[in-house]
Amino acid sequence: MARVVILGAGVSGHTTASFLGKWLGKKHEIIVVSPNKNWNWIPSNIWVGVGAMQPKDVIFELEPVYKKINVNFKQAKATTIHPEGDASHAGGFVTIEYTGQGKEGTTETVEYDYLVNATGPKLNFAATEGLGPDNGHTVSVCTYGHAEHASEELAAAIERMQKGEKLKFVIGTGHGMCTCQGAAFEYIFNVEQVIREAGVRDNAEIYWLSNEYEMGDFGMGGMHIKRGGYITNGKVFTESIMAERGIKWITQAHVSKVEKGIIHYEQLDGTIGKLAFDFSMLIPPFAGVGLKAFNKAGEEITDKVFAPNGFMKVDADYTPKPYEEWRAADWPKTYQTPLYKNIFAAGIAFAPPHLISKPMQSVNGTPINPTPPRTGMPSGMIGKAVALSIRDMVNGAVEPTHTASMAEMGAACVASVGHGFFKGGAAAMTVFPVVPDFEKYPDFGRDTDLTFGEVGLAGHWIKHTLHHLFLHKAKLRPGWTLIPE
Amino acid sequence: MLEKKVINTRAYKQDYFPPIPTATTKFFRSCAIWQFFRFVIINLKMIKVVSKSHH
Ligand SMILES: Cc1cc2nc3c(=O)[nH]c(=O)nc-3n(C[C@H](O)[C@H](O)[C@H](O)COP(=O)(O)OP(=O)(O)OC[C@H]3O[C@@H](n4cnc5c(N)ncnc54)[C@H](O)[C@@H]3O)c2cc1C
Repeated sequence: MARVVILGAGVSGHTTASFLGKWLGKKHEIIVVSPNKNWNWIPSNIWVGVGAMQPKDVIFELEPVYKKINVNFKQAKATTIHPEGDASHAGGFVTIEYTGQGKEGTTETVEYDYLVNATGPKLNFAATEGLGPDNGHTVSVCTYGHAEHASEELAAAIERMQKGEKLKFVIGTGHGMCTCQGAAFEYIFNVEQVIREAGVRDNAEIYWLSNEYEMGDFGMGGMHIKRGGYITNGKVFTESIMAERGIKWITQAHVSKVEKGIIHYEQLDGTIGKLAFDFSMLIPPFAGVGLKAFNKAGEEITDKVFAPNGFMKVDADYTPKPYEEWRAADWPKTYQTPLYKNIFAAGIAFAPPHLISKPMQSVNGTPINPTPPRTGMPSGMIGKAVALSIRDMVNGAVEPTHTASMAEMGAACVASVGHGFFKGGAAAMTVFPVVPDFEKYPDFGRDTDLTFGEVGLAGHWIKHTLHHLFLHKAKLRPGWTLIPE
Repeated sequence: MLEKKVINTRAYKQDYFPPIPTATTKFFRSCAIWQFFRFVIINLKMIKVVSKSHH
């Protein structure tokens, strides 16, 4: 009997666990270690952040779901990985510390035959002084708890405007090295919509503040779309959406510090700016969750297993090279770690070989460029490919059997606002591939038929459908395997 | 005395340069019948993207 341990029960880890439970759960042991007892459909946190949904609408308890497929759930966080074992363990193991199940604070070692690191990002608010809801002055929508707090702050701001005050709103990225611009993009339109619906739009000045070189970069080097007889850069459409809604924008910005009511930022051209705010949601930079690795002798090998940003090294080409020489083939395919063939990293937890957007530095030497996004669809697809490979390896395959390169897969993203069947709107986008492949698509790096974007009610319907479909799938309800990642 | 009127508040501001949707474009964005048709098309596109992504 083999034992597969999956660290993290987010989009990626939960996908891996669900499929491995279904395929191997009866004969082998599948263990999920994750510090939160709930699963969260993170994209819908945006709606929690404007009060349109409650946390209970975007979460459910994992343990009862895992019971259905013989997956053992440990509500704990992993702290160390020992891929070679140690004096008292013949094989690899992880150390975990319980955060629930009545064992809070207790540590335990869990041995594995296969390990999947799907621990996602650490929300690194500490990288910017004054950032974030806990020790800073900005709100966040990255967790359902943060999003609930954001909605309370937003409601309070709206109340102030209803009493006649004029307020400033700043939404975007809180550091020069952030990713996840798409989430902030969706949030700014939801905030604008809610303010408009409250009848106080004239009292709100709204700013988009971002580390993107141009609007619409989204950490993917932007995208080109066929429209009106031209192939046009997404910058035009993104600016159009902002202009239509009266939102101002500041790009190429690294937020260096946030004080109560004031954001300090630096731009690529060296401009040092200040932006006053009454309500601000800035996405934090992401880092790995801080797992440490040790060899058999107990010596630390974290720098061999993980990249300096804390994400796990996998089968990518990490050789440093200039932007012009980046290739699709640099991106990992199987997500197996090079040193340990029984360890995989899926979703945000894997270390990308380099950025997707062009690296930039301000005249003062500050890096100001988005880092690569790993959105829901790639995270889910990577999780499934890893599950397929492990299933086959448990059954005798020597090497991973499935691939899911971000340079060979697309992604769909829908930013939706408003409520009700006829009242909403959305920008629906697809890109193919996520990582541009200039060898295959020399002009724009992408397939211009499969890369498209469109604004309208249809996207809003799609986003709502996806919310219900993905929750249905994640709860492993009948037919869940038919719903694609 | 003649009142001084500010009549040009938009030119050369940031939002003067991007394309702004016309009333027709806005109508089609929210016209349920047209959007139902677009719903089908966008879903087909997404299914194509998903199926090309699986290996
Ligand atoms: C506000 C917001 C909106 C978004 N909207 C969209 C969208 O519309 N479309 C889209 O495609 N993507 C969207 N994304 C991105 C999407 O949420 C991510 O791509 C996806 O969640 C990544 O999956 P993951 O499994 O890698 O990480 P996560 O989903 O973050 O999961 C990580 C898991 O690891 C657990 N964990 C953390 N530390 C440890 C530890 N030490 N040991 C064990 N477990 C640990 C966590 O508790 C969690 O369960 C959005 C993201 C945000 C923040």
